[in-house]
Formats: sequence, structure tokens, C-alpha cells
Amino acid sequence: MRTVLIILRKEFRQIFRDRMMIPIIFIMPFVQTLVLVYAATLELKDTSITVVDLDRSDYSRNLISKFNASPFFKVNFQDYNYSNIEDDILKENTKSVIIIPDNFEKDIRNSIPVNLQMNINAIDGQSASLISIYVNQILAGFVKEKILHPTVLSQGQMPVSFNVKSRFLYNEELNFKHFMLPGILVILISMISIFLTALNLVKEKEKGTMEQINVTPIQKWQFLTGKMLPFMIIGIFELALGLTIGILMFDLPFEGSVLTLFVFALVYLFAGIGMGLLISDFASTQQQAMFTIFFFFLILILMSGIFTSVESMPDWAQTVNKINPLYYFMRILRSVILKGSTIADLIQEFLALVIMGVTIMSVAVWRYRKTN
Amino acid sequence: MKRFSGFLVKEFLHILRDRRTMLILFLIPIFQILIFGYVVKNEVKDAKIGIIDLSHDNVTEEITARLDAAVDFRVVREYQTYEEAEAGFRANEIKAVVVFADNFANDMGKYRKADVQILLDASDPNLANLINSYISVILNKYSAEVNKTGNSVIVSTEPRMWFNENLHSAYMFVPGTMALILMLITALMSSISIAREKETGTMEILLVSPLRPIQIILGKLTPYAVLSIVNVVSILVIGNVVFGVPVHGSWVLLLLVSFLFILLALSLGLLVSTLVKTQQTAMFISILGLMLPTMLLSGFIFPIENMPVILQYLSYIVPAKYFLIIIKSIMLKGLGLSYVINEVLILFGITLGLIALSVYKFKVRLE
Amino acid sequence: MNNENIIEVENLVKKFGDFTANDNLCFEVRKSEIFGFLGANGAGKTTAIKILCGLLFPTSGKVMVAGYDVYKERNKIRKNIGYMSQGFSLYEDLTVKENIEFYAGIYGLKRTEIKTRFDDLVSKLGIEELKDKFVSDLPLGWKQKIAFSVAIFHKPQIVFLDEPTSGVDPITRRQFWDLIYEAVESGITVFVTTHYLDEAEYCDRVCIMAEGRIDAIGSPDELKSKYKSENMDEVFVKIARGTNKMNNK
Repeated sequence: MRTVLIILRKEFRQIFRDRMMIPIIFIMPFVQTLVLVYAATLELKDTSITVVDLDRSDYSRNLISKFNASPFFKVNFQDYNYSNIEDDILKENTKSVIIIPDNFEKDIRNSIPVNLQMNINAIDGQSASLISIYVNQILAGFVKEKILHPTVLSQGQMPVSFNVKSRFLYNEELNFKHFMLPGILVILISMISIFLTALNLVKEKEKGTMEQINVTPIQKWQFLTGKMLPFMIIGIFELALGLTIGILMFDLPFEGSVLTLFVFALVYLFAGIGMGLLISDFASTQQQAMFTIFFFFLILILMSGIFTSVESMPDWAQTVNKINPLYYFMRILRSVILKGSTIADLIQEFLALVIMGVTIMSVAVWRYRKTN
Repeated sequence: MKRFSGFLVKEFLHILRDRRTMLILFLIPIFQILIFGYVVKNEVKDAKIGIIDLSHDNVTEEITARLDAAVDFRVVREYQTYEEAEAGFRANEIKAVVVFADNFANDMGKYRKADVQILLDASDPNLANLINSYISVILNKYSAEVNKTGNSVIVSTEPRMWFNENLHSAYMFVPGTMALILMLITALMSSISIAREKETGTMEILLVSPLRPIQIILGKLTPYAVLSIVNVVSILVIGNVVFGVPVHGSWVLLLLVSFLFILLALSLGLLVSTLVKTQQTAMFISILGLMLPTMLLSGFIFPIENMPVILQYLSYIVPAKYFLIIIKSIMLKGLGLSYVINEVLILFGITLGLIALSVYKFKVRLE
Repeated sequence: MNNENIIEVENLVKKFGDFTANDNLCFEVRKSEIFGFLGANGAGKTTAIKILCGLLFPTSGKVMVAGYDVYKERNKIRKNIGYMSQGFSLYEDLTVKENIEFYAGIYGLKRTEIKTRFDDLVSKLGIEELKDKFVSDLPLGWKQKIAFSVAIFHKPQIVFLDEPTSGVDPITRRQFWDLIYEAVESGITVFVTTHYLDEAEYCDRVCIMAEGRIDAIGSPDELKSKYKSENMDEVFVKIARGTNKMNNK
């Protein structure tokens, strides 16, 4: 035990003396949460659209004001003829051009179907489909108000309709930042555990001090425990710091229990540090370790569902995710923070992480050789 | 010149010999494109939903069957109570629950109206929104059939998706991946490799050799430039063959602009290497200062228009932003040089500035 | 002189793929002697020393260090040896004192013991003002002396020195050898590799290696008379010629 403490003391000395580590530990959480949360936003807000109003009626003006009133759009230009649509879209002056046809109001009053043409710059397919959905939602509201209104329809021919009420649970305001924050915490914790552990160990290899350690009678478990505990502690600290920033700066709700969250975090850190150790077993230079991690990290993080729903992924990807620790931790953090899930709710994820952590760590420790 | 070519060959061999790094450098763009293309999709497919059916009549069962039949959804469970449904949300069993009020069919006959509630897990707000609108579409379709109007929607839209009719996400990430990979290979790799020569002291050996500093720089950088060009071409080919991302404009112009961007990234890498002493510092500066901005503030994944104003201003100093505007215009819109001349000039200016600065720095260090 | 063997090597072979780094080595090292391993870079000295220290597995052959088998009893060997590698292997971002405390702690020395021995070391080397400096700020000669002190701090039976003097000036080298003699006097056996032939003269016995094989072994005087040479330089040149002739046959 004393040997582990000796290693620990040395590690902490080195970590706090390293000029790169202090910014990584204390500044990175701020940069990541503040910049990433603001930059990594896939929500539409005040998207500039152009409306070509060929009708110039009360109805058309009413519709335009509805567009303007929506938080999603800003009608930045109104036109009364077809000029320059192509040019505007080509030069990205506008995201979308909506054309309200002639006789818009008259046709609606006479129950003649009307068709609005919508031109959307669709290079960003995701934004394009959101724009289309929001425009249709606004139109649906407009139609309900105008057409289903008893004054327009004669009594008796009242059509069947559903009174749909949608309730957005766990995030009533559809705040995209609350969705992204747990995801960013996953990135933060993973980087600390995988990158720092691997780079730290490979650095000892590169400098030759690893060899010096290996000729001493120290036991493998003593050395590795002393090496990995600091990153466990730093990882937990980072999570706490990141959460605090999220709660104070972004009003992130915290529905679950802190204890649950940290139990999960410990299990995940165990797996992440194991991955770092495993990579360091195979890399001989920091550059190699760096690129190996970069390669796997990119794949695992994109597959984990940080931006998009995992269920929409093809089956093979979902199969791969069964052995992707980041996928489980992503689900866990979002569920615990936003929905207040407990360990019992997430028992599958919990067991999966435990099994993976133990497996990865065992392989990594087994691969770590004092004698080659 | 002979001396220089010898040095160049040595540099190439040096890079080629590190098989693992080489492999990863070529695999990163390929995997990234495939993952983006096949995995990262913002669409609803097989979203798991639950039902609370307080009525259990032929109408609610018909609607449930239709929800289940749609490609968007899979009805996985019927819950008896709200509490049960909530537990389902917490355990991530379902993304949404559709609640049918009691006396559903009766109400529909009597009052021409029936109550449906949609509960959504909005911890993923965009997905919740999409699911909400798709469920509404299915409900509307059903009511339209009951009304026999065929087209109950009096006002419809006819969307015309410009440049990307099928809303394929590849149109976004193929150009984005190009920018990212070029930054990665040229700036990150070259700065690390020069930093390593400094760390191990071999840089000094090179500097006392009869090679001129400019030759040393060129010798170090040329292999990475060649690698990058190979990568650009392979990304474009995969993008085109696998995902059908077109190049509507001129290939020559596209490659020339890519080359300009490579030069820019190389001079960035060179500049970073003149500023640092160790590989680790080079890595962190390159990742924080070059890679992250390229990923986040260039419009690669996230639209710049939606960001706070400060970040929008910040994006003006991210070279990848201009590069993406240019290559998207060339590839997807088929525009010529005259449309993107401003962006090209900006890139050109940045490159010249960086080269001047890093050559100056390099010389100062020598003296 | 005590003739008890502290290292015994019989038919040691180490292969890396097709490459044979150590080809059938046989030698023994006696207690409390300075045993020198001589040879050009790439002769296989470092590989042999790493096998003796338990850093590499031998491919075949019998190797006993301090009475223990390198195949089975590496941990017992580790308690009884010290090792100083070519790169000196100190932590540059720790002070001299912290480095010594760290390594001594790993060897399980008691805190009070560490303190007494460290104070002795400070007064012996006269490093009162250096002891709290970072290793990165020390000149090469001091790094080397301190690395050696770390390697023998836990009083091992044998200390392995892999090219300890490469890159230091002749005066510092001389001082360093004084430290080695001191260690030998306290009963430590010294196993040293070098490519400085003049250093061979300081050894009790030397072993000359080339291309993974041992070409000659004996005390410097024995070798000089055997090869009819004035100094070790000549011995080496003659042996090297002999090897070439053999290869050309």
C-alpha cells in the first residue's frame, strides 16, 4: 500500500508541475462547455427566409406575420414578384424562399386546394428538413384558424378531427443546450480518462523511466493503481466542475441523484482508463498513441448518439454500439441528469459498463509487461 | 539539388515507415465518411413508442396498427398508467407515448372530435419534434380517410430542395471531412514531426548541415503535402462513388483551391512548430487552436447562423470556413471562380501572411 | 579475491524475429568484481544487459543472477540489482531529492533509512545546493552521478550500468569511475557496458562482443598478452580483424 502512495505522490507532483496539465484540468471544462454548447447547436433560431407574396391579401399578410412571430424564422425580405430567387439562394442570402401564390385567400375561402412553393437550400439536409417541418407546422396552425373556423365552414359538414395535445417531457422548452451538455460532459470525461492515461504512460516509455521502474521489484498492480488513480480523481473532479458550469450558466436541470451519477462515472472512468492503458501497451510514441486514440475516439463518439438518435442508425451500427462504452455513458448521463433515472432504471447499461470495464482493464493489465 | 532530393527521400521514408500512423491517416477520412454517411442520420427510423389506450376500440386499434406499420415507428409496449409510461421513459424504453382518451370512437362519432395526447421524451429536442410531427401526419391521414376528402389539407406545400434533393447528409460532411483531414494531416502532423526533431535534438544536426533552411522546411513539408493530396482525391472519389456527392463545377478549380488550403495548413503547422518546444505542446495547440475550430466554427456540422454573435465573429478567422464555402459552391452549386473570388483571395492572403511569419520566426530562431 | 560467481550465463540466445542479437553467450561474473562488456554499437551489449535485468526474456539458455533464475525468479532478482540505463532515466520534472525518495520508496526502504542514506549521499557528493533542483536543470555530469547513486541507493548486490559514460567529458568520466570503485569497495558487483576502450583498463575482467557473439574474455592484462598488444585498443583491432577474416572464409 505504501508503494502505491509513493507512486501517487509522484504522479500528483508531476501533474501539477506540468504546465499543460493545469489548463487542461481547470480551463478545458470551461472552454468545452461554453464554446461547444453554444457552437454545437442543431436547433433553428431566427433563420432568415424570404417570402414572395404574389397575393397581397389579408390572408397572406397574416401568414407572413405568423412566420415572423415564430422563434424559428425571421422574414428578412418580402417580394411581390419572382425575381432573383435563384440568385438569392445561390449566394446564400437566404435559406429559403416561400412563394404565396395568386388567389391564395380567394381559393382558401372557396375550399380550393392551394399549394405553396418552398425553395430551401438543402446542402445542410438536416436544417432543410427542420425548416420544412416548421413551415408546415405554422401553416397547419394557420389553416386551423382560418378553415376549421365555423364561419368558413358551413355547419353539418364538420369533418372529423383529432384534438392533439403534445407534451414535451423532461425539456419543455426544447432547449437544445440541455440536450448537448450531458453529451459534452461525456466527451470531457472520456478525453481525461483515455487521452491523459495513455499519453502519461507512453511518455514514461519514451523517456526511458518506464524501464527503470520495470527493473525494480514493484508489483504490476501497485504501479498501475498509482498511475490510474489520479486520473480517476481528476475525472470525477472534471465531471463535478462541468456539471456546476452547466447548472449555473445554462440552467441545466438536475433531476437525478448525485450519488447515482458519480457511481456511474466511476464505473465509466474505470473502463476509459482501461482503454487508455490498453492503447499505451501498444504505442511506443506519443504521436502514435495520439492518432490511435483520435481514430477510435472519433468513431466511438459519433456512434454514441451524441448528435443523433441511436435507434435511427443501421442495425450493424447498433450492434457495434453494444460494445461502445461511450454509447452507454451517453445514455446514462442524459437519463440521470434530465430524466432522473436511477440505477434500477438503467441496470442494463450499468451491467454492460461493469462487464466492459472489467474486461478492458483485465486485457490491458495482462498486456502490460514488465519483461518483454 | 541532389542533396535536397536525398533529404526529401529520407523524409518520405521516415513517414512511410511508421506503418501504424500511415494506416490511421488513410483510415481516418474513409471511416469518418462512412460513419457520417451510414450512422449519423437525423431521421426517424424505428423510433420506439408506447401506447396508453383508455378506450380500446376499433379506431384506436387501427391507429395503433398504423403507427406500428410506419417505417418511422415501432410500437413496443402498451402502458396502463402514466406512471408506468414515465418509468418507461426513464429506462429509455420509449421515445414517445400516444394516449387515446376513453370513449374515443364514440366521441369521434358524436362530437366529430376525439382527444389524443402525445407524450415526448424531449431530452433530445430535435428528435422529439420530428416524432411529434410524424405522429401528427399519421393522425391527419387517418382523419382524412374517414372524411373521405382524399386531401383534407387544403393548404399544402411543395418543397423544392435545392442542391440536395434527397437531403443527403453526405453533401455536408464530405466537404467538411476534407477540411478536417487536411488540417489534421498537414498542420497537426507536420507541427508534431518538426517538434519531435527539436525534442530529440536532430533538428540541430540538420541545421548545421549544408542544407539551406528553406530546403529543410520544404523537405519536411513536401511529404505531408503529397499525402494530403492523395487524401483529398480519395475523399472526393468515395464521396462520389458511395454517396453520390457530385462535383458540378470544375475539378481543376477544386483541386487548385484544395492545394491552396493545403499550403495554408502547412504554414500553420510550421508556425505552431516554431512556437513550441515539445510534441505534447504542439499536439495541444494544434488540437485546441486548429482542429476544434475547424470542426465547430467552420459550418462543417453546425450552421454558423445559429450560433451566438461572438462565435459568428470568431468564425471569420477560421480558414476552414472560407474553404468550405468555396468547395461547396464548386462541388454542389457548380459555381465558377468569379462567385467565390473573395473567399479565395482571403485564403491566399492568410497563406502569404503565415508563410512570411513562420519563415521569419524560423530564421530568428537560427540566429 | 572471492571466486564465488554471482552471474552465470550458459548458451544464452536472444532472437528478434530472424535477427540474432545474442548468439550462444557463455560467461560468469564473480562477486565484487568490475565486469566490462565491450563492443561497438549494435554488438548486442544492451540486449544482454536487459536480459540479465529481467527486462527481456531470453530465447534460450541458462541465466542465473544473484543465485536466481531469470525465467522464474525475476522478482527476487529485481530486489538484488540496480540498473542505470543509457538515458539515465531520472524524472526531469522532479527534484534530485524527490527522485531519490521515489525510487528508494519503491524498493521498500523505510522513511528514516531513506533520510539517513540521503544525508550521507548529500555530504559525500557535496550536493547541498543541488538537491532541491529539478533534474532538468542539472548538467549532464551531475545527472549521471545522481542516476548512479539512485541505482545503488538500495544497496543491491549487483549494479548494471549500460553505457553510463557516453557523452560526458574525460574528467567527469574519471570522477564517475571513482564512484564505481567506491561501490565495489562496499561489496557491490559492477557490470558495465561501454564502447570506450580505455575504460576497459579499469575493469577486473572484460568480455569483448561483436555481432552478438563473445570473441574474447579475460582480464585486460591476460588479453593484452594473448594478443601481444600494448593496450586494449590494439586488442580490439586485432580481434575485429580476426572476426572479419573468419567471416570472409
